[in-house]
Order: sequence, then structure tokens, then C-alpha cells
Amino acid sequence: MEQLSTDGALLSYSLRVNGREQAVHDALLGENLLYVLRERLGLRGSKNACEQGECGACSVIIDGRLECACTVLAAGAVGREIVTVEGLTPEGDGLSDLQEAFVAAGAVQCGFCTPGLIVSLHDLLTRSPDPSELEVREAISGNLCRCTGYGRILEAVKAAQEKGRP
Amino acid sequence: MTTLDTRGETETTGRSSREGLGRNARRPDGRPKARGQFAFSSDLEAEGMLWGQLLRSPHASAAIRRIDLSGALRIPGVVAVLTASDVPGRKTYGLDYPDQPVFASEVVRYAGEPLAAVAADHPVTARLAAEAIVVDYEVHEPLVDPEATLVAEPIHPLGNVLFRQVIRRGDPSAAGAVSVEGHYETGMQDQAFMGPESGLAVPAADGGIDLYVATQWLHVDQDQIAACLDLPLDMVRVHLAGVGGAFGAREDLSMQVQLCLLALRTGRPVKIVYSREESFHGHVHRHPARMWYRHTADTDGHLVSVQARIVFDGGAYLSSSPAVTLNAACFANGPYNVPNAFVEATAVRTNNPPCGAMRGFGAVQVCFAHEAQMDKLAAALEIDPIELRLRNAYATGDQLIIGQVLSGTAPVAEVIRACASAPLPPTTPDTLPELALPGGAGRTAERARVRRGVGFAVGFKNLMFSAGFDDYSTARCRLEDGRVTITSAAVEVGQGLVTLMQQIARDVLGVDEVTLGEAATVGIGSAGSTSASRQSWMTGGAVNRACQAVRERLLSSVSQRFEVARAGLELVSGRVVSADGSFDLTLSEASAGETFEETAVFRHEGTAELDENGQGKAHVSFAFAAHRAVVDVDLDLGLVKVVEVATAQDVGRVLNPVQLLGQLEGGISQGVGFAVMEEIVLDKGIVRNPSFTDYIIPTALDMPPVTVQALIEQAEPGSPLGAKGAGEPPSISSTAAVVAAIRNATGLDLPRAPVRPQDIALALAEPRPQGPSGTSATRPPAKEATP
Repeated sequence: MEQLSTDGALLSYSLRVNGREQAVHDALLGENLLYVLRERLGLRGSKNACEQGECGACSVIIDGRLECACTVLAAGAVGREIVTVEGLTPEGDGLSDLQEAFVAAGAVQCGFCTPGLIVSLHDLLTRSPDPSELEVREAISGNLCRCTGYGRILEAVKAAQEKGRP
Repeated sequence: MTTLDTRGETETTGRSSREGLGRNARRPDGRPKARGQFAFSSDLEAEGMLWGQLLRSPHASAAIRRIDLSGALRIPGVVAVLTASDVPGRKTYGLDYPDQPVFASEVVRYAGEPLAAVAADHPVTARLAAEAIVVDYEVHEPLVDPEATLVAEPIHPLGNVLFRQVIRRGDPSAAGAVSVEGHYETGMQDQAFMGPESGLAVPAADGGIDLYVATQWLHVDQDQIAACLDLPLDMVRVHLAGVGGAFGAREDLSMQVQLCLLALRTGRPVKIVYSREESFHGHVHRHPARMWYRHTADTDGHLVSVQARIVFDGGAYLSSSPAVTLNAACFANGPYNVPNAFVEATAVRTNNPPCGAMRGFGAVQVCFAHEAQMDKLAAALEIDPIELRLRNAYATGDQLIIGQVLSGTAPVAEVIRACASAPLPPTTPDTLPELALPGGAGRTAERARVRRGVGFAVGFKNLMFSAGFDDYSTARCRLEDGRVTITSAAVEVGQGLVTLMQQIARDVLGVDEVTLGEAATVGIGSAGSTSASRQSWMTGGAVNRACQAVRERLLSSVSQRFEVARAGLELVSGRVVSADGSFDLTLSEASAGETFEETAVFRHEGTAELDENGQGKAHVSFAFAAHRAVVDVDLDLGLVKVVEVATAQDVGRVLNPVQLLGQLEGGISQGVGFAVMEEIVLDKGIVRNPSFTDYIIPTALDMPPVTVQALIEQAEPGSPLGAKGAGEPPSISSTAAVVAAIRNATGLDLPRAPVRPQDIALALAEPRPQGPSGTSATRPPAKEATP
């Protein structure tokens, strides 16, 4: 297979992340997508809070579907379109409307859950631009936040909805 | 009462900066955090970096016969494997007293205790190497019952009693006409911060070490690490790395010493990142408590006496058990006057995981008990429970059970009245969507079997460190070429201290831009711990003082240099101006090349240890809050949905409305979790649920809306900004209020938190019928609740 080569136990392949092909060299087969994004590609916006698909801190979008990067085998994501929080963030030091709303509304405290929430909410607001509060709560019920009690996060989503785009 | 502006910036005019105190200033780390570019401790890397991994005991109690490292050392990619014999300095550490081994070498006292550390070229290699270490254990029956341990053989040379506080006040035989009694229990809660323990240690050319780590108190880490490494303090430089939440769990060292040892041994940078499972084993938890209480009162509802015996399970090592137990004793009766008290609070050593600080430490457990007692007493007296609390509520000038006079503000009646006045939610279980009912998406029971309940609770605790501790914070303000830099070693854990430091500097120096220096043990003194709701007061006080000193020096210098009257000079919008407008220069021009730098140390008013009767001025200041919870309970499945929590809190002064609200909502979510879902389940000392699959914390579907009915603003004497720490009170009485609401809905006693589904469903279930099970229509209704 052209995109995947092996050298004994080690693999080399490339992943399409945020619209760019990125080479991965000499990786172990068992490495999950979260590890490869963070440690091999330097994309540390996806966070490592549980590494078993419970907390949503490593939420990414793969071929249009919201996934936890920690439960995806990196080598199995070859040929798929991966979008991380970095891909939803403007160049420079700008913020998307949703990110701006998070900062303004006080939805960011320690911030460890924030990138995952940005990805999950981007996914929600892309599919459903005007969700009810209960729909928002359900959509982010896979994203654990320990600091905020979610109140300011819900306010941020309302503010972003008023702006009309994620 | 204050109306919160939660919608971002507030426009203002006048001298005060747009983002000064009282405003919704934005957190300076908000932008990188929202972009995913903020560097948490687990995001660090260095050239040539190795990965570290600890080996932990699977047994709660065992003798170690032999540790064989050869299997680990044979694995390609393994660079070092260390055990207790590799610790060059003190072999133990601890916040209060060093009773905890860096590596267990002869005895294991809890499941999860570290025995060895590995450094390797890949995290998987390090993990496999740790698993390849062979330990020959002689496994013992663990001592896990916190009462049995009091009469058992000591499991540590320092004995099985970690700390005991007795309080005797008034006449021990005094009793009122009405008496209520109860046994209460609270479980072991986990802080469950999102960012796992992690750090990067980099060996330095001078033979010392630079450690980048997520912690709560850099200088106390430095002290402990240096002692274990046998290095002078200045060769152990601890730098704050991004902290993904703390809530008390980062007060104790986690892997700091082992990580530094690996880096020094290998001569290479080493990084350790805990998995979530390891995080559950690798930090202290909230002490589980067993509590017996008896209250007596006059027939008019005034408390006459309280007796309480309280046992906290401290687990295998001391950690902060003394401070936690002192709080439990001092606040055992809640914010209520009582002339006669006997309280005995004991923290014991067991083979359970060590327990220590968690938000509201010591006060959370006793609040659960004293508030249940207040409801029982109200029922026995046939007095409204709110009215009973008001009749006994502390006010300024009253005395605590330790004899300390409440000299500061004590708006207890105010928080009770305000919270109780919040309108009840308009919805009922009949009208709510399915997803909002108990059980939510997985719901299977009948809507008609859902009962609503309302509960109320009040709590309080001390702010800052107590009992004679020399508690201080250091901060530096530097004004150079018109630019202001604030430096402090105070730890930002998510609460927003970084925002507050900037707000203070903006107000005092009349500037918009304020840079924050690195938080580290290098070049600045201790700021004390980010705990005990102390940083707004302590580091806020130090920053305020340093900025005031720079302001004075600058204005004096300008007055001399430009020969203008000092009296009329002001700092406004980055300029030095005179009141009459005749003088107006930018800060940069007015400084004329001179740099102004001032370092300030702030100490709070002194405290003292309690005497032999537990009497004395042990604390500085207190904060009070009330919570009212509304719940829906599924009587058949025992599931609880918390519908709303209303609150009123004593805050002194609002410094940043949005950040304050975040503390209230976040603290309440942890209280709600402790009421209905959060508990570390132990089986013979072994944690059976070390994951977010099995240790569940509130999601966005579990967490109810919070109604902040009132923030009581009465400037606190002695507080440099007039404010009281606000982080802990939301977690103190919210748990008690939720459980009171479940009692109200079910009529059950529910003496234990968290309330588990079986506590409700089995207690309400009829005896299991023979043959096919009955339908719910045939089951007895819930006991009628006392309103």
C-alpha cells in the first residue's frame, strides 16, 4: 500500500490533517491518533484527559464525523480527512466566533476541555445551526468539564448562535 | 444584591480602567486556551526527551521481599530504572510532615504506592518496562476500616492516629428539651481535574534541575524535592507549567521527585504524563467521613448543645489531614450559635489511598451532617427549617464553638433569606421533556413515578491558612519605559488569578496593558498555596501593595524631576496628569528612563493554634453560602435529576462578575456530583473505578441551571480588596442541599452521600414478590415527605 510502509515493527505513513498531508515516520502500529497528532505531528490542541473515549478532550472530526482521537488507530486513519481544533482556528492569533464567544462569556477556566468543546460545538452548529439548549447539552454531554459547571459554556454557545455561524 | 453582568465587557467612564476591578476583564490566557495553543504540563517537550513511568503496587498492604529490575533493564530503549536506594536525600516527603516514601522499599501501605521509576525512549517502552519489573510481595490483609484502625497494630512507625482535634465549650451536661441524633457518612470524592498529572524535568549544567510541572504551590514543592534530591534550594528550580484544574489534588507532590531523579540519572530531559487510571491512584482524595451527632434545643428552637464524634479516613499517609480535621472540628456545628459543644474529630491512618485537600476540605463533610441535623430538629420542633436556621444564624460579634469572635462580616441571615426567596422553577416533572427527567436518554420508568423535592442547606468555612501558620504571598511590580510587569509565584489553576492580578495593576497604575512574568521559584519568594480560597486575598494583597509602592515612587520622582506638586498627580490611561490639567505626560515620558520595581510581601492577620480545650483564634476570616436544590427522583429506579440549584453567597466584594459566577457554577457542579454520583469505590483498599467510565462526574445533561439569587457584598475588614475568597463555599452546602431535596422527595433518611440509586430504589421497593414481578401500579407510594 502506497500510503503505508513498514520497517519491522515500525510503520511510516501519511495522514491528511486540516487539509494537509502530514508524514508520520517509524511509528508503532498501536499508536492511537491522539498520540500521533500530539507527539509526532506537534498538534497538541487535542488533549489527553482520559484516553479512553469518555471525556471528549481529544475530539476531532474524521470524514465529517465527530470522534475521540484517542479511540482511533492512527494507522487506520490513513486516507481519511481529519480536522482538529487547529483546523478550526484562524491563522495568526485570531479566534473563530465560537472561540471568541468562549473567551468573552467566561467559558474558559483551566481550559483543558476547551479545544474538545470547540470541536464538538463546531460539529453541532454545522449540522444544526440553531439548537435548543437541551440539544446543546446533549451534544456536549460527551465533553467533560470540571471547572465551569457548563453554565458559561451554554452562554457562549448562545452568543455564537446569535452571530449565526460556528 | 448584585446583578451579574455575564455578557462580556462593561463600558465605564472615569479613572478606573475598562478592565479594572469589578469589571468582566478577560482572562489573558483565554485566547491561547480557546485556540488550543496554551501549553499545559502534558504538552511540553524538549530535545532528546525520554518518557518516564512509575511502577505502582497492586496491593494495599504488603511486605516487599525483593524487587528484580533485570527484566526491565533488558528491554531496548530503557535508559534507567530507579528504586528507593537511588534517592540521594530524604527518602520521604509530605506537606505537613514527611511520612510518605518516594519509593516504597520494605512495606507497601496502599494500592498505587510507587516502587520504581523507568525512563525510556517511548511511552510504550516505559510502560512495558515498568510491567517487566518483578516484585516479590508478601501480601497482608489491609487495614481498611477507619474505626478498627484505632485499636489495631500501627501500620506506620508514626501510628494510626494522624490527627485529633477536641473542642470543649460551655457545660458538657447542658441539654435542651428537644434532642435529635444521627449517624452520617460521606464517601471518597475525587477532584477529577481534566489535565492529568504531568511534568518535564530538565537537568541543568550546574548539576541542578529545572522542573516544569502543574502544581498548586511551587515553593513547597521545591522544599520537598530539594530535600529528597539532597540539593540546595537554588539548584531545584520549579517552574509552573499549564495547570488543567487542581481542586486540592495538586497540593501534595505527585511524581515531582521521581521525575527529577530520572532526569538527573539519565542526564536527559524526562517527561511523565499520568494516564487517567494512574491519576486516580496518584493523588489524594477527599476524606471519607463517619459522623455521629446529637443536638439539643429549647422549645423555641434555639440550640442548647451539640455533641459530635467525627472520624475521617486519612488513608496511608498524613498529607493535609491535620488542616482538614481542624476544619471539620471548627465548623462541625455549621454557622449557628450554640453555647455548649463537645466535638471530637479524628483522622486515622488506614491502608486506603491517602486523602488530603479537596475544595471545601473538612467543611464539606460536616456540613452534610449538621444540615441533616437542622432539618431533623426543625421537624422535631415543628418549626420551618429556614426559620430554625435564621434563629440560630451567626452574626458579627458572635462566637464560634472554638470561642473565636466573628469580628468580620457574617451575613448568614442575609444569604439564608436571599436564597430561600428565589422563585421555584416553573417546570414540573409532568411537563419536562423526556431527556430532562431522571435517567435522561436511558430512561425506562414511568413519568408518574417521578417525585419532586426541595432541600436547603447553609455552610461556611475559613479563608486562608489557619492555626498560627505563617501565611504570606510575595509579588513584584516593575514599571519600565511605560510597561507594567507583575511577577508572582502564585499558581493559576483555572480560577482566574491571572486576570485579577492584571485588574489590580490596571486600577492602581492607570494602564491598560499589564504583562505577567513567569511563575517560578526563581527570583521571587513564595506566594503560598492556591488553596483554601486564599489567592485573591493574599496574592491580590501583595500585587496591590507592590503596585501602590511603584505608584508612590513614580509620582514622587515625577514631582521632583518636573517640579510639580505631588498632591495633584494622578495616573490615568497610561499618563501622568495633574488635577488642573497643567501637567500631562505619558508614563514612558514621565519615567524618563528610570525603572521602578517594588517587591511586596502580604501577610494576613495572625492566628493561633487552639488550646487544650480547642479554644482560640485559629482563623482569619470566614465565608458563608446557602444553597437550595430542586430535584426530580424516579422512585422505582432510584435515579435523581437535579433540576435547579439556587444560591446566595457572602463574597465581600465582586472583583470580576463572570469569573465569580464561574466559581459558583463550577463549585456547585462538584457539590451536585458528590450528592448523587461521585464516589471512589474501594474493595479492600483497591480503587475499583479509576476511570471516567466508572467514576462519573456531572455532564452538561446532569448539571442543572444555577440561579445566583444574591451576592452579598459587605467589604471584609482586613481584606486588601474587600473581597472574600469565593472558590470553596459553592462546594460546601450544595451537596447537603441536594440530598435534603432527595429526602424531601422520597421521605427516606438518606444519611449517606453520595446517594446511590439502590439507596432509594431498594428502600422504597416492596419485598420481592413470588413469580412475575408486580407492575409499578401495585407498588406502595413513597412515604409522604415533610415539606
